[in-house]
Amino acid sequence: MANKIPRVPVREQDPKVRAANFDEVCYGYNMEEASLEATRCLGCKKPRCVEACPVSVRIPDFIRCIVEGDIAAAAKTIAQDSLLPSVCGRVCPQETQCEGACILGVKGEPVAIGKLERFVGDWGREHRLTLAEPAPRNGHKVAVIGSGPAGLACAADLAKLGYEVTVFEVLHRPGGVLQYGIPEFRLPKKEVVEPEVENVRRLGVKIETDVVVGRTLTIDQLMDEEGFEAVFIGSGAGLPRFMGIPGENLNGVVSANEFLTRTNLMHAYDQQYDTPIYTGDRVVVVGGGNVAMDAVRTARRLGAESSIVYRRSEAELPARREEVHHAKEEGIDFRMLTNPVEVLGDERGWVTGVRCVRMELGEPDASGRRSPVEIPGSEFDMPCDVVIMALGTSPNPLIAATTPGLEVNRRGCLEASPDGATTREGVFAGGDAVTGAATVILAMGAGRKAAAAIDNYIQSKA
Amino acid sequence: MFQILKKTQLAPAIYLMEVEAPRVAHAAQPGQFLIVIVDEKGERIPLTICDYDAGKGTVTIVIQAIGASTMRIAALEEGDRFADFVGPLGHPSEFIHYSPEKLASTKFLFVAGGLGAAPVYPQVKWLAEHGVRSDVIIGAKNESLVLLEDEFRALTPNVHIATDDGSKGYKGLVTNLLKELVAVQGRRFDLVVAIGPMIMMKFVALTTKELDIPTIVSLNTLMVDGTGMCGACRVTVGGKTRFACVEGPEFDAHQVDFDEAMRRQGMYRTIEERKRAIEAERAAGHKCNIGL
Ligand SMILES: Cc1cc2nc3c(=O)[nH]c(=O)nc-3n(C[C@H](O)[C@H](O)[C@H](O)COP(=O)(O)OP(=O)(O)OC[C@H]3O[C@@H](n4cnc5c(N)ncnc54)[C@H](O)[C@@H]3O)c2cc1C
Ligand SMILES: Cc1cc2nc3c(=O)[nH]c(=O)nc-3n(C[C@H](O)[C@H](O)[C@H](O)COP(=O)(O)OP(=O)(O)OC[C@H]3O[C@@H](n4cnc5c(N)ncnc54)[C@H](O)[C@@H]3O)c2cc1C
Ligand code: SF4
Ligand code: SF4
Ligand code: FES
Ligand SMILES: [Mg+2]
Repeated sequence: MANKIPRVPVREQDPKVRAANFDEVCYGYNMEEASLEATRCLGCKKPRCVEACPVSVRIPDFIRCIVEGDIAAAAKTIAQDSLLPSVCGRVCPQETQCEGACILGVKGEPVAIGKLERFVGDWGREHRLTLAEPAPRNGHKVAVIGSGPAGLACAADLAKLGYEVTVFEVLHRPGGVLQYGIPEFRLPKKEVVEPEVENVRRLGVKIETDVVVGRTLTIDQLMDEEGFEAVFIGSGAGLPRFMGIPGENLNGVVSANEFLTRTNLMHAYDQQYDTPIYTGDRVVVVGGGNVAMDAVRTARRLGAESSIVYRRSEAELPARREEVHHAKEEGIDFRMLTNPVEVLGDERGWVTGVRCVRMELGEPDASGRRSPVEIPGSEFDMPCDVVIMALGTSPNPLIAATTPGLEVNRRGCLEASPDGATTREGVFAGGDAVTGAATVILAMGAGRKAAAAIDNYIQSKA
Repeated sequence: MFQILKKTQLAPAIYLMEVEAPRVAHAAQPGQFLIVIVDEKGERIPLTICDYDAGKGTVTIVIQAIGASTMRIAALEEGDRFADFVGPLGHPSEFIHYSPEKLASTKFLFVAGGLGAAPVYPQVKWLAEHGVRSDVIIGAKNESLVLLEDEFRALTPNVHIATDDGSKGYKGLVTNLLKELVAVQGRRFDLVVAIGPMIMMKFVALTTKELDIPTIVSLNTLMVDGTGMCGACRVTVGGKTRFACVEGPEFDAHQVDFDEAMRRQGMYRTIEERKRAIEAERAAGHKCNIGL
């Protein structure tokens, strides 16, 4: 039986070596490894994996193509549902999505769907596979705000339908979180992100960087003065949260967004670039999600002894399991059931440590999660030079504040129907701007749904 | 895009540049700033919008070379291009929303310290275009550092100069001149707008608090993205943490924690000083030997 083969391990950079460089951690499968792993898939008639993928990638179908040795066909199969296989294969939380549901996972190890998807995506790029051609123009113009996964996916689908699409991006490089947030060692920029963006450009999509929608241009101006018939907002959830504890404005306390933007977008880890970054000798990162893992592993690579402080237990860490595993291999110190109550500083106003309390898990709350409660009298101090807050983000209010009729909910997220229609006619939205911080694949799925809805909207008016 | 059409030197190490940036020029309002990146390896550097011409599609900036990045920007010549030039950022000055009656009845005093003349200029100009003649104090170390005097005089007759060494105008600090205008000359001001080095803004705020005059300052905090995404620019205003890039840059001076703001500005000083030394050597044509 095919499923007797153990899951094919993936080659990775030695943890000791990689803890001091920014090269990619995981090398991915080669053809031989991918072919072998692909034979493990049972090709289920009712594939549970597909149901658990937010965009329903035809998993058994593309895996069968790999078994048959037709990688181009595998790439085309994935492309029907996902535009960023090289990205999603690397960053999707597979253990809670496709792989988490794989039937082989019930008794053993699930099929390495993510690694196979990555293999196919990388192969397609390396072999310059063309998956879509620019379509003849249909004479309609659509504006897309934000060049993250939501915006890129929406723009690509609209371009394939013949729309003239312009993406407006406030930063100087397109890609959203893929560019400024997720580090090089997990998602290489030149090798993966930039070619994916290039593919979207090749469909005829124009990307205008350095434009702040809401300041440089408003949505009203885009529609009334620049002739865009519809607008898609994919502006993400970039606004960082802080804890509101004493000492949070000391020198040495930064948000994960600041820390990661300095390293990723601004290349601060490279002496050739002008932007500075500071870690000191010891860094404490507060939080347990992907963002926290990325920050702590970046700090480690910059030479600091680095710890994670998280108020729940390890089982609740929201980060991808692979990242937690990699972080441990790289020597990151994990302090679970620990919560900061104050950042400590010296007389010059620089961080010297964090005061924490120990937590224990209490009774399950309404959502079924056991919420952490402080253990009285358990305060202790962790000395450090830098504290990085990775506590989550919410949507930036700028666009809603400058667009009359565009409504947001209590959490600051844009109100939108399941197909992305907002409270303003002709204005659609999707991705983190609507859901709050979520995942790449969900953002991409939302962008694609909205593209279909925009097409409907414009065609029904025409 | 983003080509430098004109460059002039205003004072030692201070340059004015007129840059082609039609979208920014079209949207700019007094009080706002922008971010420039000199080239592929550059930092994101916030600069005030000093003037703008929507018709010509140009924006004027004034830059003082004080560190590695500003030295690299100052070294650009006419015809060169910025890699990136994004804006306008931040809120416009509040007075542009005043009713015509309120505008006409408000007595404005601007206090521009050093390079602060650059951000003050578009505000005084906007008011002049709306029929308001403001008072302006230009403060500088010495005569050679008094910026934009003729430009201000073309907008309002009430231009006062203060230099630390008395080489021009009033000898002494802008705060003393301010007190003299109010206490000795009996002038009444309804709003003071003070822009300059953090330390000057702090002392103007203390002075106007005593004199009971509402005061606005524009905070030049550290910034990275300038869009509310990183929090590098956070300042404490009225006991609350605010992001200067999106909630400012202008705030009620009497609410700002200036000591914290000054301390936070120095967050990267050691690294910056090293980069500046390297840049200075490079600019002087020496071979760099500071260990790169
Ligand atoms: C550090 C980090 C690690 C992560 N790791 C993972 C992971 O491993 N797996 C996973 O699935 N997800 C991960 N995520 C989450 C994932 O990246 C996001 O859910 C996803 O990128 C959301 O896509 P989006 O297109 O909605 O928004 P973004 O990717 O946030 O893109 C929004 C874009 O809009 C631009 N923009 C915002 N406002 C304006 C404006 N006014 N005008 C013009 N442009 C504007 C922004 O600059 C940005 O480029 C991570 C997030 C972070 C921060
Ligand atoms: C809203 C705003 C408007 C500004 N307007 C102007 C202007 O019109 N003309 C002008 O010459 N300068 C202006 N500045 C200041 C200018 O951005 C800094 O001088 C510049 O970033 C310093 O960079 P550097 O690498 O040359 O110097 P560095 O060596 O990096 O720093 C020199 C000094 O400037 C401070 N500084 C460093 N980075 C920043 C930063 N990103 N923002 C603010 N201060 C910083 C440092 O704490 C240090 O004390 C403005 C700043 C802000 C926030
Ligand atoms: S897109 Fe993500 S969830 Fe879907 S199959 Fe690929 S890796 Fe799994
Ligand atoms: S559930 Fe597992 S075995 Fe079945 S089709 Fe999906 S990947 Fe293959
Ligand atoms: S500069 Fe990043 S939030 Fe203000
Ligand atoms: Mg600098």
